[in-house]
Amino acid sequence: MTRLYGPRGWVAIGAAALVLFAVFPLLALAVPETSGLHLSAYWVTLIGKIMCYAIVALAMDLIWGYAGILSLGHGLFFALGGYAMGMYLMRQIGRDGQYRADLPDFMVFLDWKEFPWQWWNTGHFWWAALLVVAVPGLIAYVFGYFAFRSRIKGVYFSIITQALTFAAMLLFFRNETGFGGNNGFTDFKRILDIPVTTPATRVALFAATGAALIGTLLLARWLTTSRYGRVLAAIRDAEQRVMFCGYDTVHYKLFVWTLSAILCGIAGALYVPQVGIINPSEMSPANSIEIAIWVAVGGRGTLAGAILGAGLVNGAKSMFTQVLPEYWLYVLGLLFILVTLFLPRGVMGLIPGSRSR
Amino acid sequence: MIKLLLMLLLALLARPAAALDAAAVRELGFGDNDAKIAAIAALVAEGDPRAAGLLQAFADGELSTSGERVLVVQGDAGFDALSGAKLEALPEAEAREDVVVNNRLRRELGIAVAALRLVSPQRETRLAAARELAGGADQAMLPLVQKALGKERDAQVRRLLELTAATLELKTGSRNSRIAAIRTLGESSNPATKPLLLGLLEKRKDGSYAEPDAELRAEAHKSLRALNGRLAWGDRLSLAFAGVSLGSILMLAALGLAITYGLMGVINMAHGELIMIGAYTTYVVQGWFRNGPHFDWYLAAAAPAAFVASALVGMALERAVIRWLYGRPLETLLATWGISLMLIQAVRTLFGAQNVQVENPSWMSGGIEVMTDVVLPWSRIVIVFFAAAVLAGTWLLLVRTRLGLYVRGVTQNRAMASCVGVPTARVDTLAFGLGCGIAGLAGCALSQIGNVGPDLGQGYIVDSFMVVVLGGVGQLAGTVYAALGLGFANKLLESWSGAVLAKIAVLAFIIVFIQKRPQGMFAIKGRAVEA
Repeated sequence: MTRLYGPRGWVAIGAAALVLFAVFPLLALAVPETSGLHLSAYWVTLIGKIMCYAIVALAMDLIWGYAGILSLGHGLFFALGGYAMGMYLMRQIGRDGQYRADLPDFMVFLDWKEFPWQWWNTGHFWWAALLVVAVPGLIAYVFGYFAFRSRIKGVYFSIITQALTFAAMLLFFRNETGFGGNNGFTDFKRILDIPVTTPATRVALFAATGAALIGTLLLARWLTTSRYGRVLAAIRDAEQRVMFCGYDTVHYKLFVWTLSAILCGIAGALYVPQVGIINPSEMSPANSIEIAIWVAVGGRGTLAGAILGAGLVNGAKSMFTQVLPEYWLYVLGLLFILVTLFLPRGVMGLIPGSRSR
Repeated sequence: MIKLLLMLLLALLARPAAALDAAAVRELGFGDNDAKIAAIAALVAEGDPRAAGLLQAFADGELSTSGERVLVVQGDAGFDALSGAKLEALPEAEAREDVVVNNRLRRELGIAVAALRLVSPQRETRLAAARELAGGADQAMLPLVQKALGKERDAQVRRLLELTAATLELKTGSRNSRIAAIRTLGESSNPATKPLLLGLLEKRKDGSYAEPDAELRAEAHKSLRALNGRLAWGDRLSLAFAGVSLGSILMLAALGLAITYGLMGVINMAHGELIMIGAYTTYVVQGWFRNGPHFDWYLAAAAPAAFVASALVGMALERAVIRWLYGRPLETLLATWGISLMLIQAVRTLFGAQNVQVENPSWMSGGIEVMTDVVLPWSRIVIVFFAAAVLAGTWLLLVRTRLGLYVRGVTQNRAMASCVGVPTARVDTLAFGLGCGIAGLAGCALSQIGNVGPDLGQGYIVDSFMVVVLGGVGQLAGTVYAALGLGFANKLLESWSGAVLAKIAVLAFIIVFIQKRPQGMFAIKGRAVEA
């Protein structure tokens, strides 16, 4: 316990847990809608969404901040987790779709008679949950194994991950891939046979996301403060020296890379039922590169900074896209430039006494 | 076009010349459908080009009857169908009855009009008519087609007509003329003739051939083989051209990147947006020339303007942002991504989010028709040569000029170059400007074949990085080979598996290739080890 955080840190985490699991649910469910304190569905969804992004940011911080691997393809793992959950949610619609058919609407539209093989067993929640973890994990493992083994690193690695997510996006845009093409999945009705849009379900998903976020934070903290984490940081700072010391850096990197992808998959799976849609644009290279800026804004290699950055950037994004939509890209672009030029340690670097890395 | 032609023909009709076959015109108005078709055939057989106008009016549903007369009604004006004279007063709508055109009649009319146009004095009209006839001609047209063939001088129209005549003869002619027809078909390169020849070789269910004459079948075999060979060559040719074309475009897009990334090591994610700036500069320059007399030559001004505009933007970026990030490639990547977002939004603010229209100069429209169905567009041919010229220019600049010497020197050993007096900071700015300027040229070229919109650059950034990564860092040769190779591979796979799968396959191939040769195809040999 004490290795992870000092007393102040634990108090902060406890306070966050209290807010997430008690205060917000109460404000959303028990406080009447007429009251000014009521937390509307919009806010529950927005905060839940940002918490999903925060998990992704933590995953990114693990590999970028601690292992020095900048991935521009993390949106792929996020979307894969989302699609795995989406398949389950599509099956939960049952016969309540537009065509009242056993198959999802898009398959009826394409005149398919049965589920393609990718959909095997997706009617079961446990299988979907397994896919959420296994698919991103497996793809990341295989990709990472070949990439790290041939010592692809730095910018090369970044560009190839970008190509990977770009290729996946093209693939998922096709109707033949079996995941709804352009439109992806939407119009979900139920999860675990409970209607998905009721306030209670929303709050439950919200709390689950909060729990996942806190769990991810603690896991990441535990990992980075362990001996493994120190080797990882050493790899980031001087990989060749670590290799000369006799460490097999490939497996160190491969583990954190795969873990990071799995965390993204979980975040995606939590994201889809809350937002109610998943489509291939989640895999666009632009989305993936945005994850990097969340971490950069918060401060690399700080974990807390990743959460902070995800919150700040996405909060600003939803504010701007409502008030001044045409200026958001200017702000985001400026953020990229200013943070890299003037804030190499992010917002956390501004807080005196915070020891980064 | 059809309306205009009609006017012309009607003007001809209006002259008090020898009138059309009065009985046939009457039948058009009052006969039943079979009689009408017979009348159409009679008018076509006469071969009077003026009948084309009348038949076209018929096809457009402008034919009416009033009492005993057949009229052509266009808006408020009426014409006598027989003489073509304008009527002083159009009979009231109640006193007229429209002649109904059904699908069968419309088809007959379309072919009949085409047949009559074959004798038109304009080449374009004849060509269009010959094309239409090649699609489906009627037995009755054969004499007319042969007559037109006798007079025709234009090679392209002649080829089409010969084909049509052969098709018709094949069905009805004497044995000798059928053999001649088969031989003619064998010399064509039109894929439409293939089913005709195949039809001759078909076997019925009882094992007998559809064509009883063995000699004819042998001829058909020979012709079919020749035709197939030619069609395969046509396919190969168009595939090769598509590959070269895509390769040259990729090369243009990646050449600038080969300098900024390959030589200088700067990851510039805004490279695509510099291409876009080049395209928009072309659009602006085109606007200045729009109403002037020299519109066809606006590209001569637009290309240098695109180069300068993109180079200036690039140099400004280098001075303002990228300079401070040398040696930190990941940070450079993020900062230049931010720049690209801002550039996209800036263009949206200035020009709107919609695509803008960039017109080809007239000499770039159209193409060379190598064979039927194989047309090489001029715009793409020009771009292939343009890409080659840009490549040659860049190469000369790098190996024959002082700036090129400096750039290579700074690339190889920055500290040493600085020691011997090379102003490395200025060389960086200029080299970066050069790379960006080439991106601008790529944008100018792309504006001629694709849409110009704020997202133009986004589509090329992944591709151009792939070219550079594949080609290897540090020189131009790799870029050229990689671009052409990727272009060919893409088009080849596309013809097998469709565009998206081809793209995915190429990306997968690159990922695998990088595993084997992380330094690209043409790695610089040396002792440079990562710090």
